[in-house]
Amino acid sequence: MVKSSSNTNLIGLEKKDYKGSPTTLCAGCGHNSISSQIITVAFELGIQPEQVIKISGIGCSSKSPAYFMDRSFAFNSVHGRMPSVASGAMLANRDLITIGISGDGDTGSIGLGQFKHVMRRNTPMVYIVENNGVYGLTKGQFSVTADEGQNNKYYGKNDLPPLDLCLEAIVAECGFVARSFAGDPKQVRPLLKAAISYDGAALLDIISPCVAFNNTSASTKGYDWVKDHDDPLHDITYVPVQEEITTQYEPGETSVVTLHDGSQIVLRKLDESYDPTDKLGAIQALHNADTEESLLTGLIYYNPNRISLIRSENLVESPLAHLVAKDLRPPEDSLKQIMSSL
Amino acid sequence: MVTKLKANNSEDIDVIQKNLIINDFSIQVATPNGSGSQTSNLVLLRSLFKMGIPSSGKNLFPSNIQGMPTWYTIRCSQDGYVARRDSIQILVLMNPETAVQDITNIQSGGVCLYPENAKYNFDREDITYYSMPVKRLAKESGVSSALRPYVSNMVYVGALASILGIELLEIESALSWHFKGRQKLVDTNMPVIQAAFDWSQENLTKTDPFQAQRANATDGTIMVDGNLAAALGAIYGGVTVMAWYPITPSTSLADSLTQYAGLLRHDENGKATYSIIQAEDELAAVGMVIGAGWAGARAMTATSGPGISLMSEFAGFGYYAEIPAVIWDVQRVGPSTGLPTRVSQGDLTTCHWSSHGDTEHICLLPGTVAECFEFGWRAFDIAEQYQTPVFVLSDLDLGMNMWMTKPFDYPDKPMSRGKVLTADQVAKNGFKRYFDLDGDGIPYRTLPGTNQPGAAYFTRGSGHDQSAKYSEDPQDYVENMSRLRRKIDYSREKLPAPIRELNESASIGFVGFGSTDPAIIESRDRLAAIGVESSYLRVRALPISLTVSDFVASHDRVYVIEMNIEGQLHKLIRIQYPDLATKLCSLAHCDGLPLTASWIVNQILEKESCHNGKIKQ
Ligand SMILES: Cc1ncc(C[n+]2csc(CCOP(=O)(O)OP(=O)(O)O)c2C)c(N)n1
Ligand code: SF4
Ligand SMILES: [Mg+2]
Repeated sequence: MVKSSSNTNLIGLEKKDYKGSPTTLCAGCGHNSISSQIITVAFELGIQPEQVIKISGIGCSSKSPAYFMDRSFAFNSVHGRMPSVASGAMLANRDLITIGISGDGDTGSIGLGQFKHVMRRNTPMVYIVENNGVYGLTKGQFSVTADEGQNNKYYGKNDLPPLDLCLEAIVAECGFVARSFAGDPKQVRPLLKAAISYDGAALLDIISPCVAFNNTSASTKGYDWVKDHDDPLHDITYVPVQEEITTQYEPGETSVVTLHDGSQIVLRKLDESYDPTDKLGAIQALHNADTEESLLTGLIYYNPNRISLIRSENLVESPLAHLVAKDLRPPEDSLKQIMSSL
Repeated sequence: MVTKLKANNSEDIDVIQKNLIINDFSIQVATPNGSGSQTSNLVLLRSLFKMGIPSSGKNLFPSNIQGMPTWYTIRCSQDGYVARRDSIQILVLMNPETAVQDITNIQSGGVCLYPENAKYNFDREDITYYSMPVKRLAKESGVSSALRPYVSNMVYVGALASILGIELLEIESALSWHFKGRQKLVDTNMPVIQAAFDWSQENLTKTDPFQAQRANATDGTIMVDGNLAAALGAIYGGVTVMAWYPITPSTSLADSLTQYAGLLRHDENGKATYSIIQAEDELAAVGMVIGAGWAGARAMTATSGPGISLMSEFAGFGYYAEIPAVIWDVQRVGPSTGLPTRVSQGDLTTCHWSSHGDTEHICLLPGTVAECFEFGWRAFDIAEQYQTPVFVLSDLDLGMNMWMTKPFDYPDKPMSRGKVLTADQVAKNGFKRYFDLDGDGIPYRTLPGTNQPGAAYFTRGSGHDQSAKYSEDPQDYVENMSRLRRKIDYSREKLPAPIRELNESASIGFVGFGSTDPAIIESRDRLAAIGVESSYLRVRALPISLTVSDFVASHDRVYVIEMNIEGQLHKLIRIQYPDLATKLCSLAHCDGLPLTASWIVNQILEKESCHNGKIKQ
């Protein structure tokens, strides 16, 4: 292993090795903040960039994979169908790390079906929704996460209630449901690290204001509103297995969740009574936050017991993509036998 | 009028024997759907086949689970013709609902077999009626009343065995094969068959001319449906990811794949070397396939028309971003739900040009179950070699019905995984995803996870340059699209070549594809017998081989025969060879039923009569 120096990580790479191409999104777009958090987290975790696949749908958000980790493989797919591509790729190569990037339109409208099914199927992946309450790329239509009664320059008033993607994920049996805010790197990073460690589909619904079409102070997806109403559920510190520094937290103040790979997230409960493994409690908490018009952030729901797609498929250890003819083509005798049995 | 055919004199029997029709008839069984006649029908078919008589069986069924009329036709043909026949010689009439029409359809001199208490109209005097005490024999079988309708179907098996001379031993072993050796099930059914046989021997006097006689014309052949053949092909082709969504008539392809992959594709620890996912819909099924193919799997899906429509955006993506995928389309009648349980070849142009924008997909067109197997494995090689989605167009008749075939040949070529660079190769030579290094239009790719800086690239459906970078540059777009054109053209003569039967003395030629093959073969023989010689070319892949032009050019007229309404192959050939358009005539017909030789013969006679006086009639 390469020795780490001050500006290199565990695998000897520098932060610049995780950089992407220059963004073409609007200056100040929340999506850019998320890209830079991904860069930081991948660097800090010492992830081999070539092992990562960045898969997205269509939208401003879905363009983001171009703006982080150029050394990773990327797949900017079709609108609303990132989850199926991610599932196929993971089935082909279980050693990959999937970062799925989507938008609230890409996930909540055209892709709602695939979103819920990938949660149910439990494809190992980090599923990031860069949630701005609008269709950015098609210039400002309301998305399903837009607030009821919200006003828009071109489209008037939104009469329909929003869908809560975290709620949808919990109901679809997603085992890792978190929400955060693009402008809060302190919370986004540990959540992202935890999500990467989770063996299954992990949802990060990140409120990511659109500076061009949805940044009025009245919108719950605008900067000002979120800054005022952000109600962090936990102070989360991610502890990679390599550094055992969990001791600095006093017992009683923390709730330790062990992840599949042995790493742990330590949750400091601001609200002592909150238990992220309590499904109905999580649903209740989302509901309460909604009625109080506050925004719940943090790890909202966690279920360590779900079995990931790769495990339920009982796949060989070696990635299917690496199998060669002798693994894949049964011998001639077997065909003869089948032929004579027909 | 019910003819109780008893006590004919020996003179009658003499006449019958002189005019015996041996191993050349069609049996049609008419039952209500869901009445459990499948076992009986398959057992009959298999017994005849195992007696060495060339036979084929076709299920003509409604889109319904229980109650609607369904027919099963078995054709025995001494000469080995396996296409559907228009005429019915022997009708087993178990469904009162269709009685009137079914009786009308029996060929003069034919047979009608019916349950004794049925109140049909027995007006026709040119056919033979045999009644069977179905209810009584079913009751006497001792099975529970719930199972009686089902064992009732065994009665006609026994009666037919007696009337036609089907060997009971073959019936018993067909039953045993059907029930995978479970003796208990054989023991439930066989006594009913035996009782019906005995009763018929006692009580029916044969006055019809039809006879099944042991032959040796099926030696060395097996019987199998095209969907099983395709599934086996995929398994021997090394499929690793299959994602699908249920739809008739492709479902049994996925089912067979599940069954046989379960037997053949686990490692020594019992771990699977494949994954089969029942997706939430076809949008997801093809998305998984594209994702898996991109990441290095041999990935496939199987669907039918409605699914093909849903898959089109990803098909175009796969074409443009150059991702291997195999898409089986087991065609049924469209558009929309159409006739979902009936056969058609109506998806040819849809598949070839699937997606918006300029695409032209490689399509493989199996015409036999052996080709379903062969193209089943070959499709992966082609998809990976050309880095593109490959459509394989089967149909309901080929896919779901039973066909005689020689045992399948083990793949005669090693797997070809196409131009995939390793980390070392990238390190040594660099890598530009969409650069045409070899001049064949096919670029090199790397697989996600290839651990080498420079190995990664950005896959997108938006405009890109040779390095896979985002580009809206007009020149980049044009260069890329014309390279794709070159790539597809390069594949043209390397895909399965047309099968040609050139007849020097023929002035007309037939062109067809897929499951119309047996009807075309039979029609050519019948036409030749009346002096109309023909050549035949069967297209097996798109883009169309350039050899088709020679074939067309060397005949006065070429009939393009296909099971659709628009004459899709005809149009494709005309587009490719506008100069030959006047020589090309479309014979397109689609009514949901497998094409018959008679239809072709009649069409040709009609069309040709205005061209020459060669036809002796
Ligand atoms: C099948 C299809 N329909 C419509 C579109 C047009 N379209 C592109 S992006 C988009 C909405 C994206 O919204 P969102 O996912 O919220 O992304 P944002 O731009 O807000 O980040 C739409 C409707 C498309 N590309 N494909
Ligand atoms: S339009 Fe909105 S979502 Fe799109 S890049 Fe600009 S700020 Fe971001
Ligand atoms: Mg949006």
